Amino acid sequence: MIGVISYLVFFTTIAAILAIAVLGLNLQWGNTGLFNGGVAAFFGAGAYATILLGGTPQGEHIGGFEIFYPLALAGGALCAGLLAWMVGLLTLKLRHDYLAIATFGVAVAFESFVRNTSVMTGGALGLRGFERPLEALIENPFLYNILFLLVVVLVLASVYVFLQKLLHAPFGRLLRAIREDETAAQSLGKNPSEVRLTAFIVGSVIMGLAGGLYATFYAFISPQDVVPTLTFQIWAMLIVGGAGNNLGALVGTFLIWAVWTGSGWCLSKYAPVEAQIYTGTLQYILIGAIIVSMLLWRPQGIFPEKLVISQSGD
Amino acid sequence: MIQGLLDGVLVGSVLSLGAIGLTMVMHTLRFANFSHAELLSIGAYVALVSDAVFSAVLQPLQNIISPFSMTWALALSIPVSLIITGLTAVAIDRFIFKRIRDNGEELSMVFASFGVALIIRNLIGLVFGLKTQLYSDDIVMAIILSTDPLLLIKPDQLLVLGITCIIMVLLHLVLTHTTFGYSLRAVAENPSLAQVVGVNLSKMVTMTWVIGGGLAAAAGILYGLNNQISPIIGKNLVLPIFAATIVGGIGSIYGAVLGGFIVGIASSFALLVLPSGYSPSVPFLIIICVLFLRPNGLFGEARV
Repeated sequence: MIGVISYLVFFTTIAAILAIAVLGLNLQWGNTGLFNGGVAAFFGAGAYATILLGGTPQGEHIGGFEIFYPLALAGGALCAGLLAWMVGLLTLKLRHDYLAIATFGVAVAFESFVRNTSVMTGGALGLRGFERPLEALIENPFLYNILFLLVVVLVLASVYVFLQKLLHAPFGRLLRAIREDETAAQSLGKNPSEVRLTAFIVGSVIMGLAGGLYATFYAFISPQDVVPTLTFQIWAMLIVGGAGNNLGALVGTFLIWAVWTGSGWCLSKYAPVEAQIYTGTLQYILIGAIIVSMLLWRPQGIFPEKLVISQSGD
Repeated sequence: MIQGLLDGVLVGSVLSLGAIGLTMVMHTLRFANFSHAELLSIGAYVALVSDAVFSAVLQPLQNIISPFSMTWALALSIPVSLIITGLTAVAIDRFIFKRIRDNGEELSMVFASFGVALIIRNLIGLVFGLKTQLYSDDIVMAIILSTDPLLLIKPDQLLVLGITCIIMVLLHLVLTHTTFGYSLRAVAENPSLAQVVGVNLSKMVTMTWVIGGGLAAAAGILYGLNNQISPIIGKNLVLPIFAATIVGGIGSIYGAVLGGFIVGIASSFALLVLPSGYSPSVPFLIIICVLFLRPNGLFGEARV
């Protein structure tokens, strides 16, 4: 029984962390129409920076500054924002495919950077030497995991409320206006590329926050955690849930995460041993098929974006 | 240094062929097609299968064309692969991209292209296995051009360069000397205006895919001749090919050719200064430099 509960706690913690990242993507893609092909890089920047800032010194490595945890987490999120600012500044004034290509490129570059810069990131072995906050005080690991889950859910709820408020504020209206008709928004004196850059950075900061929590949960991060698969999973979650709808983003996250972990478990249990090396291959085909079939048959997702009428014109 | 230039030109010729098709599709259909590089994989594997079939049916075709490592069977497989890959590209458009365009979800096509890339790449892995394969197990010795500085070139590499040049000259002649070429360029330039003067848009879109797919197949086979064939060809080449289109300016065919060579040579030179582990990030650095210095590429025009 306790085994089932601790698995559920584990499952929910990871799903809730991913949900935060999906909400970040929803601000970029769902509400602003910005394509981010490198979610894994922004998530990873948050994760690596959090451990580098908050971890303990590890021999010759750069990092391990033992900064007070909340500040380390904030620093991680900020790093993701900084990365987004650099990419956004160069691409957001150009046609939209440039952003898609540059963000995809940033993820490839980030992965090769963390794999090779061993003196800072630990290379392929990853980064260790992180003490989870308050873990020494709470001796029971089961209790600690439940408390950690509560903190993650609290962060998720805050991000959710923040985004809902943002979208109903004038800024949210501005985002939709620019997504729907850039020229019209411009004619009203708005600056689309500036607004897009803001939305892109805020979304990436949220992804960085999710990455920081993820690294904290495992007290470890390695290049294996920032591979493009993560980007595809997070997209599938948003597309299935419904781009533009934050509630849909949450539901989509839990659904896809259940499908992903469930399919991995089924394949490892029931597939013949020779076929086991193809587990990843089959799961990728599944994710690809989910993305394509949703776009073909239900592009609005399970929960479509609610139509907001700011002013009815009779 | 000169060896680096030589290697860069070889990689560049593959990237150029891939980038021509990509830039045409991106300009005509206005989306970044992340599944384009998978067409290179399809081309390489179709040639592998067709090579095996030709060799089995007609034994004499197994003889190699001296001094290359290529057999007559593989030479015959090249046109087969070009055609099949071109038709595959059309089929993918018909069944997936066209439907999403017709739904009015144009921006979602980028997502769809990623999904398509994942499906193709992993289906290839499932069918052919995750291991690497070669067209020929024969080892052809490199020719020493000079000993100081040491310069090596394989006959196969010269073949690759030769085939690339022939394809590019043919494409150039078609684009500049035929009505079909004019229509194709017109559609890429301005689809609505092209329709006004009586160009059949959907036919031209189909032809764009046929040509893009065919060139990608050629690139895939030539890549396979010089390297190994594996399901991750597309994954490894997608970013360099995109970098080539951005360097040349999205929509410019001649820009894509030049961009391919620039990215190939730059990546090859980067190996001299950067540890090889970082080489996947070189195309990204090139993209960033171009966006910083000349956002619309060498030959691109500013356009929203």
